[in-house]
Formats: sequence, structure tokens, C-alpha cells
Amino acid sequence: MTSLDIAPFANALVLGASIASIWLIAAIGLTIIYGTVGVINMAHGEFIMLGAYTSYALQSFLGLPFLLCLPASFAVVALVGLAIERGLIRYLYNRPLDTLLATWGVSLVLMQGVRLIFGSDPKYIAVPEIFQSNVEVGFASLSVFRLVVIGVTALVVAATAWLFYRTRFGMQVRAVMQNKEMAASFGINADRVYMTTFAIGAGLAGLAGSLFGVLAIVLPTMGTAYVVQAFLVVVVGGGTLLGSVAAAGLTGELQSVFAFLTNDTFARFLLYVLIVVFLRFRPRGLFAVAKARR
Amino acid sequence: MDLTRRNLLKRSSLAAAAIAAPHLWLPTAREAWGATLKKGEPIKVGLLFSLTGQLAVPEEDSTLVMQYAIDEINKNGGIAGHPIQPVIVDAKSDFNVYSEKAKELIIREKVIALFGCYTSASRKAILPVVMSQNSLLYYPTCYEGAECTQNTICTGPLANQHSKDLIPYMVKNFGKKVFFVGSNYVWPKESNKNAKIWLQEAGGELLGEEYIPLGSSEFGPVLGKIRDAKPNFIFSTVVGASDIAFHKQFKQEGFKVDSMPIASLTTGEIETKAMGPEFGAGHFLSAPYFQTLDNPTNQKFVENFLKSKYGKNGSTHYNMEETYLSAYVFKAGLEAAIKKTGNVEEVTSRMIRDVSGGVRVEDAVSPEGLIWIDGDNFNTWLKPKIGQCQADGSFKVVSQAAEHVAPDPYSIYPNAGKCTAAGLVAPDGKNRKNVI
Repeated sequence: MTSLDIAPFANALVLGASIASIWLIAAIGLTIIYGTVGVINMAHGEFIMLGAYTSYALQSFLGLPFLLCLPASFAVVALVGLAIERGLIRYLYNRPLDTLLATWGVSLVLMQGVRLIFGSDPKYIAVPEIFQSNVEVGFASLSVFRLVVIGVTALVVAATAWLFYRTRFGMQVRAVMQNKEMAASFGINADRVYMTTFAIGAGLAGLAGSLFGVLAIVLPTMGTAYVVQAFLVVVVGGGTLLGSVAAAGLTGELQSVFAFLTNDTFARFLLYVLIVVFLRFRPRGLFAVAKARR
Repeated sequence: MDLTRRNLLKRSSLAAAAIAAPHLWLPTAREAWGATLKKGEPIKVGLLFSLTGQLAVPEEDSTLVMQYAIDEINKNGGIAGHPIQPVIVDAKSDFNVYSEKAKELIIREKVIALFGCYTSASRKAILPVVMSQNSLLYYPTCYEGAECTQNTICTGPLANQHSKDLIPYMVKNFGKKVFFVGSNYVWPKESNKNAKIWLQEAGGELLGEEYIPLGSSEFGPVLGKIRDAKPNFIFSTVVGASDIAFHKQFKQEGFKVDSMPIASLTTGEIETKAMGPEFGAGHFLSAPYFQTLDNPTNQKFVENFLKSKYGKNGSTHYNMEETYLSAYVFKAGLEAAIKKTGNVEEVTSRMIRDVSGGVRVEDAVSPEGLIWIDGDNFNTWLKPKIGQCQADGSFKVVSQAAEHVAPDPYSIYPNAGKCTAAGLVAPDGKNRKNVI
């Protein structure tokens, strides 16, 4: 690499950080749900979609400003997640493979429900003028909205880390993760821990959705595009928070650099091949938890 | 034919059938289990579009506008006194389902014609079925050409009616340097092959060509390359949800529409509405139809459609208009076939197609103005137009062809031969039927 094309290459690295943040915020709710509750949540993409529709609905029917839509989508989708956990998922905790089918069914119901209510034409979320511009710092150029996504992702990661490693609730969660029966015998209400965790995971997907609605498009089918990436990050990372951060960072940067050196389609192909090879040698991901799983 | 196990089985079972039921070999047998029309009964047609999945956005509109057109025709007395009855199926954006449903519509429902598809990939998936049953497909949107079948009629523009004016217009008004961006499938690649030739003729220079996976919404890397290449304009064949992400990120990454507009073959009224007009304003689209076309037929069409029960999505766009036209092309073709035979019960799908060469949809009916079907290749003669998106998301026509342009499916493949009503005639005189 000559000194001449250092600048575009550095730009690709900056962009890689942005792609990584998008992948990470899509995956973080899934990480919590899969890593803690052990549910393979196929409806994750539809939680993302619900978040986008919540923002759209709050904005166009109630006139809520975009920045307030973010926490609101978190709350609304967390409630939806709570209802689904209470109504369905909790009966299936001992049958992890059945959760796969059940959540897939939920995803179809959500997709079709939204289509019936809102129609299948794409919707539109308005953002403040400042989010429609870009900033240039020396060689690097990045849109303001991508910086917003990076910022929100960093906040969410910090908050999640704090919640799971610095609070009493987090300690309970980790105890339940390690051994549900033992934790229960010490007076921890495992059922409530699962319920809360599932709701938080769903809420984070909703938050991601309201960001993606601005970045791309609001459609009943928008979730399917993100759920694959989210699973990829979670599987490569091994299901832990740190693992997901590392996996998203790595895959995002690789995607950006490969796309810079070749093209977008080939970059994706190369990345998936690398992931398959990686999983051949480390089937439990980057940071696997050494423990007896349920 | 080599003697494989499969062929052997097929032959022996056919032989067995022949012994058991010799009447199967009568030449009219084929038509007997195809579609037939009955006096006084409704005419069944199949609407084969996706109502769910990734393709639902454009194709649901196609279904709605077809139902609107059929209602309109029925209200005015139907075709030769017969009402049209649509059979609506959902192809679920899945190419296997397209071909299954096509079979179901033709064989079980016995529809006389199919109206369907939005992508070349799905068209290519159902054509073998349509051709083997000698049925008739109305393909109601733009495509790349390079096909010559005896069972299709297309009402959208071909590449030579689509990008041929757009590229020189952009080169003249914005500069020689261009960057191609497209979705990664057959139509964008073929369109770009055409566009490269028009670009060469216009004296332009191609700086780069990138393809994005269908459905992808990450345009960071591509926009980075465009930033480094510094073209005068971008030529886009990105479709669907990706297209909306592309226009949004174009503005969010600080690109300016005045100095580097996107010239698209697909970004119409429905897309600009979905992305928000501020992201669409200033960009260009080549199409034979825009909602704002200033003629009485179009004004009536827009007004009546939007207030009908099918107009809930709030706009009309080129793809819908081309679909609307296909209903009237069908009507004209069927009327001609009935006139020819004098008996509605003798009309077959293939007969409608064969008499459709030259049928016209007049100014009084066609929102884009007079069009007619080519008698050789059964695509449409139309007037290509270029529109620029305005601040409110509507399009202003900035350029329009003075005369109708002939459809030419092999315009960049002169060696392939000439598409005629009976098949593709190669330069050496060989005639091949059903070339896809």
C-alpha cells in the first residue's frame, strides 16, 4: 500500500466502525436474549421492525420529535416482548428447539399484523435537518447520522454492561445463567429474571429499529435483513456482551475493508466464508462461556 | 434425445397412455385442456404478483391497478359482452412460488392470460411454464430485452427506450464522467451493458461500476468509492428497499444533488414518497409515465384511481401505468381475436397474442398517450421521457422524445438476429422459437 491511498483506506476503517456499530446495535438485544435466556429468538428482526413502526406512528400521529421516539420505541417494544414472553416463551424454556419454531411463528404474525394495520407500502421517519449532513475531519468523512448511531450504540453497550455487571439484578441474571435451580434455591425468582431480560432484549431491538428506519426504510419485511447479521454477530461472539462487541467490530471492519479492496458482494461472500472457517475451529465463538449449559 | 432413465420412463409411460387412451394424441387435445372461453361466461385472467415479501411494495400496487382496470372495463360492458374475472394469487416474492402459481393458474384455473411479475428473475422463472402450455403472459414493466418468445406481450420500455435518451441527456447537462451503481441481479447488469454503449456514443467516461446485494441497505463502501472517483453524475439501477437507502445515505453522507445527481431507471413517485421528498429532490428518472403528466386522460386516471377503493397508497407511477395499459392491450387483442374467429369459444391464448401485433391504446385511454404493440417482437412503441424530482416528490418532465421509439430487444446484440412474430431469425436464416 502506497502512501497515496492511505487516506481512502483510513476512511474505510472509519466507515468500518460505523458498520460495526450498526451490526452491534442490531445484535445486542439478541445477545441478551440468547446469552441469558437461551432462547433462539427468530422474531428479533420483527422486534426491530416494530421499533421502526413505533417511531413512525408516534411521529406521524402524535408529532413526537425523533429523539424522543428512540426511548419510546424501547419502551413500546419492551412491552410487546414482555407480553410475548408471558404468553408464549415462558412455557418453552425447557425446549430450546421449540422456541425456534414458536418465535418464527411470532415473527410471521408480527409481520402480517403490521401489514394489516399499516399496509405494505414503505413508511417514512423524518429527522432533524442536522442529521442529514456530514462532517469531515481531516481525511475522514462520515455522516452525522452514522455518528449518532455510533454514539447510541456506545451508550447502550455501556448501560447494558453496567446493568449486568454492576447491579444486583445483573448478579441475579448471571447466577440464573450459571445454574437456574441453584439460583432459585437461594431465593432468586428465575422466572422474573427471564421475563425482565427478555423484555429488555426486545426493547433494545426496538431502539435499533427506530435508527434503521432513518438509515434505510420502514417496511413490514425490513427485519429479515438485520436478523441474519444479528445472529452472525452473536454466534461469532459466543453469546456474551464482550463477545458481541468484538465480533461486530471485527466483522464490520472486515466488511468495510474487503468492500474497499474488492466490491460489496464479494466482500460479503469473503466474510461469510471466513466466518464458516472460524466456526470450524472455534464452534463456541470468540468468548465462549465455560459452563454447563441448560 | 439420449436414452436416460428419466426419458425412458417418460416414453414408456406415454406409450402406455397412448394404448389406454388413444384420443390423447389427437392434435386438438392440447387445446382441450388449455384455457377455453364460453359464451356468456366471465373471462378468467390470472394476476400473478407478490402480495407479501420483499417484492410486495411494487407488486401490490400492480395487483390493485389491475383490479381497477378490470373494474373499469367491466363497468363499460366488459369485452364483447363478457365481464373479466381476475384470479388473484400471492407469489410471496419466491421464484419457486411464481412458477407453481403460474402452473396452477393456467392448468387448474384455466385462465386465458396471465398478468404478472416485476423482476426479470421471476419472469424467467415462469416463462418455461407459460411457453410449454402455449399460454400468454402480459409482462407489465420495464426489462432488459434479449428475449424473443411467442407467448409474451410487454407494455413497459426496453433498454433502448429507457436509458438511451437518459445517458446523453445527463452527459450533456452534467459532464462526461459517470459511476454505475446497481442491484446485483440480471436486469441491472444487462441495463448497464446497454448503458455502456450509449455512454460510448455520447462520449462519456465510465469511472466505476458497483453492484449491491438485493435488499442490502449499506451504501457506505460504495459511496466512499464514488467520493474518491468524483463523477459528474451517478447512473443507478438499484431497486426496491435498497434504492431508498441509497438516496437517503447519498444525502446523509454529504453528497450534493446539484453537482452529482443520480439518474435512475426506477426511482419513481412511490420511492420518493417512501424516502421523503427531501432525499429525492433533484434526481432524475427515465420513464414513459409520470403522475404529473399534463393531459386530460392522465388527470382523469389519477383522480379516479386515487378516489377508488384501490388507490389507498396515494400515488400512481410508471409501473402501475404500464400495468394498467396491459389490461387495455389485452382487451384490444381479445376483441381482435373474437372478430377474427367470429366465435368466442374458438379463441385461444396464442391466438390473442398473434393478433395483438399493432393493437393500439389511444390517447383517450392511455395516460401516457398513444402506444401500440410491435408486430414482430410484441413489445411496446412508446415515447420515453425524462423527469426530475421536485421538492414535493412529484416529477417534472424535462425532456421527451418527439416521436414514438420502436422497441428493440436485441439493440446491443446485432449478431443475435431479428425477433419476429414466429421466432428469432439469426443472420444465417435459422429461426429459433422461444429464446429466453
